[in-house]
Amino acid sequence: MRLPNFAAILWLALCGAGIASPAATAAQPDTGAGDALAPLVAQLPEADFATKREIVTSLAQIPMPQVRTLLAAFLDGRLQSRDADHHVFIAEEAGGLLALTDAVTGAAAGRESAEGFSRIGTNNQLRKQLRGAIARFDLSSPDAAQRLAAVNEVLRAMDPEIAAVLRERFDAEKDDDVRERMRVAIGLADLSSEDADTRLAAIGALQGSLNADVFNRLTELTASAGDGTPAETDERVRAAAAEALRSIGQWRSVYGMIETLFFGLSLGSVLVLAGVGLAITFGVMGVINMAHGELMMIGAYTVYVVQQLMPQSIGASILVAIPVAFIVAGLVGVAIERGIVRFLYGRPLETLLATFGVSLILQQLARDVFSPNNRPVETPAWLAGSLRLNDVLSITYTRLYIVIFTLVVFAGLLMVLKRTRLGLEVRAVSQNRAMARAMGIRTEWVDALTFGLGSGIAGVAGVALSQLTNVGPNLGQSYIIDSFMVVVFGGVGNLWGTQIGGTSLGVINKLLEPFAGAVLAKILVLVFLILFIQRRPRGLFPQRGRAAEA
Amino acid sequence: MTASPTSRSPFAFLVGDRGGAIFLAVLLVVGVVVPVLHLAVPEGSALHLSSYSVTLAGKYMAYALLALAVDLVWGFCGILSLGHAAFFALGGYAMGMYLMRQIGTRGVYGDPVLPDFMVFLNWKALPWFWHGFDMFCFAMLMVLLAPGLLALVFGWFAFRSRVTGVYLSIITQALTYALMLAFFRNDMGFGGNNGFTDFKDLLGFDLHRPGVQVALFVATALALALGYVACRLIVGSRAGRVVTAIRDAESRTRFIGYRVENYKLWVFTFSAVLAGIAGALYVPQVGIINPSEFAPINSIEVVIWVAIGGRGTLYGAIAGAVLVNYLKTTFTTVLPSAWLYFLGALFIVTTLFLPRGFIGILGHRPRRRRAPLAPPAAEPAP
Repeated sequence: MRLPNFAAILWLALCGAGIASPAATAAQPDTGAGDALAPLVAQLPEADFATKREIVTSLAQIPMPQVRTLLAAFLDGRLQSRDADHHVFIAEEAGGLLALTDAVTGAAAGRESAEGFSRIGTNNQLRKQLRGAIARFDLSSPDAAQRLAAVNEVLRAMDPEIAAVLRERFDAEKDDDVRERMRVAIGLADLSSEDADTRLAAIGALQGSLNADVFNRLTELTASAGDGTPAETDERVRAAAAEALRSIGQWRSVYGMIETLFFGLSLGSVLVLAGVGLAITFGVMGVINMAHGELMMIGAYTVYVVQQLMPQSIGASILVAIPVAFIVAGLVGVAIERGIVRFLYGRPLETLLATFGVSLILQQLARDVFSPNNRPVETPAWLAGSLRLNDVLSITYTRLYIVIFTLVVFAGLLMVLKRTRLGLEVRAVSQNRAMARAMGIRTEWVDALTFGLGSGIAGVAGVALSQLTNVGPNLGQSYIIDSFMVVVFGGVGNLWGTQIGGTSLGVINKLLEPFAGAVLAKILVLVFLILFIQRRPRGLFPQRGRAAEA
Repeated sequence: MTASPTSRSPFAFLVGDRGGAIFLAVLLVVGVVVPVLHLAVPEGSALHLSSYSVTLAGKYMAYALLALAVDLVWGFCGILSLGHAAFFALGGYAMGMYLMRQIGTRGVYGDPVLPDFMVFLNWKALPWFWHGFDMFCFAMLMVLLAPGLLALVFGWFAFRSRVTGVYLSIITQALTYALMLAFFRNDMGFGGNNGFTDFKDLLGFDLHRPGVQVALFVATALALALGYVACRLIVGSRAGRVVTAIRDAESRTRFIGYRVENYKLWVFTFSAVLAGIAGALYVPQVGIINPSEFAPINSIEVVIWVAIGGRGTLYGAIAGAVLVNYLKTTFTTVLPSAWLYFLGALFIVTTLFLPRGFIGILGHRPRRRRAPLAPPAAEPAP
């Protein structure tokens, strides 16, 4: 590190004195190729375009990483020469000054005023050559990801020069993804060929590609100009292009459908998550908890508070927030049960009104404690981004994790209800309270814990929601009707019903959206639900037996 | 309840309805005093009522009529509707459409036929459902028909398939929520989220003139009085007793041989029409109607007015509506942030400690034992 710096300073000093001595370049640690670089660069400020092209051709032969940086800077017009000594720098505009980097060594060279510098100009031909040279550099990179990026880059600006480079590299390429992408790129280049047979062959090669550029290019080929003359003169090519488009269109719609289904699945998972806590309090206990949405809000605010407490580790904050939200919301739930709901058992309509009052108070509390505005909740890095399956189908990690998270929560809840002592007692109390008490179950205790469990799950749902929507006082309100719908649709007192009901409602909603628009789709789903309840007043999976009679 | 069916007196329905008699007397006094204080007393006087107060009083009356409608279905038939604000808003929209057509060329764009928002959306012709609303009679018919038909269709489906209790409450809530979303859409042709406003006149009278405001107030008070009498007659009638029986023991009433769903359907529809009338009277007084009137919280608030006043009494609902709204006006001007705490606390305190509402405290003997709203299978926790 120290040596090149030293060399740069020395080199600069010598240049400043106007002595481009071979001794200076010999001080460079690189041998052979490195020797060639400095003199070539030094010629640039004085050269005309023809000479510049020769220089670029020579530069492209030097396998050094800084040559790529140099060429890229040249292409972008960031290469500047100092008028005083014709020394070449890569310059970045920074606060009115130019931040300089030595073009040959890559060492920082301070900041200077833009006056006294002239840009080393390019023309179209030169830029084309530069792009080819850069692509050649990147395509020979040892890193497959960089090669892929290079192909994607050249796909945007395709010309015969680059196509030639691609063909050169195609046979040597080992990575399948890069090869596939190269095939598309070469095919696209061939589509512009003068020779109709080459174009036909290119269409054959592009068959089945989902790339948007391919789609656009093929559409261009099949289109006709304003006066009716087709863009493509050859009959066979036109037919082949139309055929290829048709097959591409089919695949695109298949993947589009898969994407819609996945969107539906993730929306459904949100609904299930929001509804499953309610399914416990409403379904198992027969208690209408209108404050359920606000318990979710509490969970979402918990994420915000946890992130405020540990700003250094946002990645872990979500994981920490899950149990914290469960406990906080659960405790609030137990307090609501002990303070209000227990006096109203057997009077569901009164419970509905009282808990609605609780929800109003909690909302206003959130406004007063946190502010009426939405609070910013950060998304950890491991949740950001998306999983790219192919050119048309990519799945955001948030949605993917929500689906998984919902399944985990649901499985956990089923385990609690079916495998634990508490679950056994909960089921006993919900089936026959008097008998359960006669068997020695402390029903009051069970009531409080069940309500706490349902509320805790709502808090956990809030953690998930904090990654999807705004965290504000109105978060709960926007989900409460949906959650009730899910529970009623699935069948009260049935967790599986909630799971299936929520998922199918999500999918139905997303399937309707392309035709009806988001708002109308939602309205249609609500109308469907209202009609559905008329047909099956007890939901998809009604509870059977005497306990279900109301 | 003790009104004798054989009595021939025109006020027979008031026999045994002391609360109702008091209410009608108070309403009569208010209906006379408010206009006098506003029109006859000079503005400088301490007794003068501002036009703001007159419209406010008119607004309370409209709310009271809505509360009356809710009490009829909830207090006497046991149907807890969480969607009555939808009927209220539909009546209001029907009235609003008439008022919009009355604006004529005085709108911002000056189009003689199209309301401003349609010109703004670049519509060329009036949508089909806007035709006829330039006629007052037709508009008033729609005030009754729009909420009435919706209630009829909705109730026909719901009651026939025996959707009861909490389930019914939730789907009525879904109904009003769906309507809210629908009315928020510009494509619906109801002005999107801005709704209707900037009304000019009603039947040729300028809405901003004091006399017209008083007339609207008196009309609302009259509608409230008539609504009360109608409801009292209904609950006192033979059919009304069947309705009460349905509230107390639905299955038993059905087994005795009554067509429970028909009784419920007609009470529900009548109540919806009443709510629609309330909405129609409300809109010209407040001067605006927009989709937020459909918001589920509005319907729930109406229920709490009824619960606070005392449900199953009719006059209790009216008292509750006026009381809570008066408090709301006071709170939101003095201590805006405390209002939701107060309202929330009202919900809790009323349901926990005042199952009969404030009328219950005032010492009026409860007319009936409280309805066992619980399913008989579920017994209360100790």
